[in-house]
Amino acid sequence: MRGVLACVLGGLVIKSVVLRLALAAAVAIAASAASAQTLNTIKSRGGINCGSNGTLAGFGLPDSQGRWTGLDVDFCKALAAAIFNDPNKAKFVPLTAKDRFTALQSGEVDVLARNTTWTSSRDTSLGLNFTAINYFDGQGFIVRKALKVNSALELGDAAVCVQQGTTTELNLADYFRANKMKLKTVTFATSTEALKAYDAGRCDAYTTDASGLAGERLRLANVNDHIILPEVISKEPLGPAVRHGDDQWFDIVKWTHYAMVNAEEFGITQANVDDQKKSDNPDIKRLLGTEGKHGEALGLSDDWAYRIIKHVGNYGEAFERNVGQGSPLKIARGLNGLWNKGGLQFAPPVR
Amino acid sequence: MAAVETTRPKAPLIYNPKARGIAYQLLLCALILFLAWSAIHNAAENLARAKIATGFGFWDNTAGFDISQSLIEYSTTSSYGRAFWVGLINTLLVAALGVVFATLLGFLLGIARLSRNWLVARMAGFYVETIRNIPLLLQLLFWYNAVLKALPGIRESFVIPGGGFLNNRGLFLPQPVFGPAARFALIALLLGVVAAIVYRSWARRRQMATGQQAPVLWVTLGLVIALPLAVLALSGWPVTFSYPESGRFNIRGGIEVLPEFMALLFGLSIYTAAFIAEVVRAGILAVAKGQTEAAYSLGLRPGLALRLVVIPQSMRVIVPPLTSQYLNLTKNSTLAVAIGYPDLVQIFAGTVLNQTGQAVEVIVITMAVYLTISLVTSGLMNLYNRRMALVER
Repeated sequence: MRGVLACVLGGLVIKSVVLRLALAAAVAIAASAASAQTLNTIKSRGGINCGSNGTLAGFGLPDSQGRWTGLDVDFCKALAAAIFNDPNKAKFVPLTAKDRFTALQSGEVDVLARNTTWTSSRDTSLGLNFTAINYFDGQGFIVRKALKVNSALELGDAAVCVQQGTTTELNLADYFRANKMKLKTVTFATSTEALKAYDAGRCDAYTTDASGLAGERLRLANVNDHIILPEVISKEPLGPAVRHGDDQWFDIVKWTHYAMVNAEEFGITQANVDDQKKSDNPDIKRLLGTEGKHGEALGLSDDWAYRIIKHVGNYGEAFERNVGQGSPLKIARGLNGLWNKGGLQFAPPVR
Repeated sequence: MAAVETTRPKAPLIYNPKARGIAYQLLLCALILFLAWSAIHNAAENLARAKIATGFGFWDNTAGFDISQSLIEYSTTSSYGRAFWVGLINTLLVAALGVVFATLLGFLLGIARLSRNWLVARMAGFYVETIRNIPLLLQLLFWYNAVLKALPGIRESFVIPGGGFLNNRGLFLPQPVFGPAARFALIALLLGVVAAIVYRSWARRRQMATGQQAPVLWVTLGLVIALPLAVLALSGWPVTFSYPESGRFNIRGGIEVLPEFMALLFGLSIYTAAFIAEVVRAGILAVAKGQTEAAYSLGLRPGLALRLVVIPQSMRVIVPPLTSQYLNLTKNSTLAVAIGYPDLVQIFAGTVLNQTGQAVEVIVITMAVYLTISLVTSGLMNLYNRRMALVER
């Protein structure tokens, strides 16, 4: 008995080894899932697991009946529509900013569509690939009107509330350093807590992506006492990400976004998609699958894009419904307009 | 005799229970080591295949984020390693102060619950039953929001006489800045402490030998406080104060105590005190009633009987569970993450993990740190317990 004890205790003494064991086991399982064919896994499971925000109006938020809405949510519904011809086959897993990459790496979710900024380090060292940019964003500040601040450059010495594990946290420090201003950050694990602390007067300013400010300011006690400053201090290209090592799944996710953008460009909408199917335009015929075998090459049926538009609509429709004029956020298209209308949304052709 | 033993046939090693036992245990050890090795190997390989960065190279990289409370030099250009130390020190700070406050409050409440005064006993009982039955996380959120909501905004700060401020950004106090001549006062303080210790042991020995008591408390206070103050005055008060000043947004300078820190310290101390109170009550009740009665019959007043007879004997019952409470408090300090206090988990297992993406390494380091803190705490408490334990002769 004593020998066994000694052995076990010995194991405890080299505790880092034992601890590593448990974690390593988790990683070992996770990584083997990553190399499997994601599409087959999803089909046999009968649904997609989507890493979603869960607290951000306009991007991912369940309503009182548990129905999820948002631009990223619609993106996942589009994926489910393309694969299953049923947008309700998408299951949403709410993730905090801090946990989101681990959830994707470990295979808990198949795709991370959670207003996540594409950066070089995330793309290269986290074992992830960003697929496309479904929202061009930048970081902004909200302050109380009573402070009479007109520019972010006047925020020197201010206390700023921020969410942890975000590019926001780093941009904030960079911006203040670059402009030689003193900074006091108060960091919270969730945006909800950070915003609440700002509302309670703990901070002079709250910072997050401009789209997030538009949504989260609606949760402040008195919306009209606050003002969003004009400066946008960073580039925040937000887009869905997938794990390394499954190119087929990477293509499906990427082309789901492009299909929605192409549809808007060709004027195909949820309402007219059945009429458009009869169109003679070769671009539209290829996109909707009446000509060519473009879905098959993705591992999907040829009417994959038709299904997306039929169930979810084109990019412009999803935008207006969730963050644009059809939503309480009322964000203008701006950078997210089509390339031929002054924006940056540009999809490669289907051919 | 020796002849008899040599004639006995030598049993094969496999039938020797001792040898068999050793063999089994070697086998078990080998199996465990193999499992550990293969898991580590697997993880390393899988991480490499998924192209997830591994190793501890991130330690020296620039952190790039700001931390609201730091007892050591830290800026956004410091390294992740530096951020780790900031977080660790913040954790140790809140844990150490929490242990002190929880112990004081816990002893007070434990004794109060046994008071013969009905109201005092019931109030202590009410405190214990309420506090220990509400989840700590809720209490922390309550304290944080209570602190934020109850305190005035920065423009309407409470002004503390002597140049301090209290508002929802924290507590701001003047910071003493010692000039070079202050080292004489420091030397006086050290001498005073040494002298006080010597004096106390002399007074104790004299009381043991002759029964005569010496004014220990007053002499100690005089040596530790009055003597350094006198030296300070003689050397011409080489102390200046750096006063907090209101800037455009915030108060700058002086000593700053964050509301997150106050809420966490409050919450942890108040919560753990409820458990310590029960430990203390159990310890006191475990001392046989005859001891108290014997003390009374010797003419000791109740307070003295408690202090000199009951508490010393109850300590051997109190200390082991008290250790667990200290460990709990330290580990519970990780709930800081909910209210924005920059402890080790918030900084290192939160921001650093997320920015580097190296979950395995960061979590292993964090777990190892908490394990070390806990083992050191329980080691120290065991030393103390050995001194307190009943010495059987």
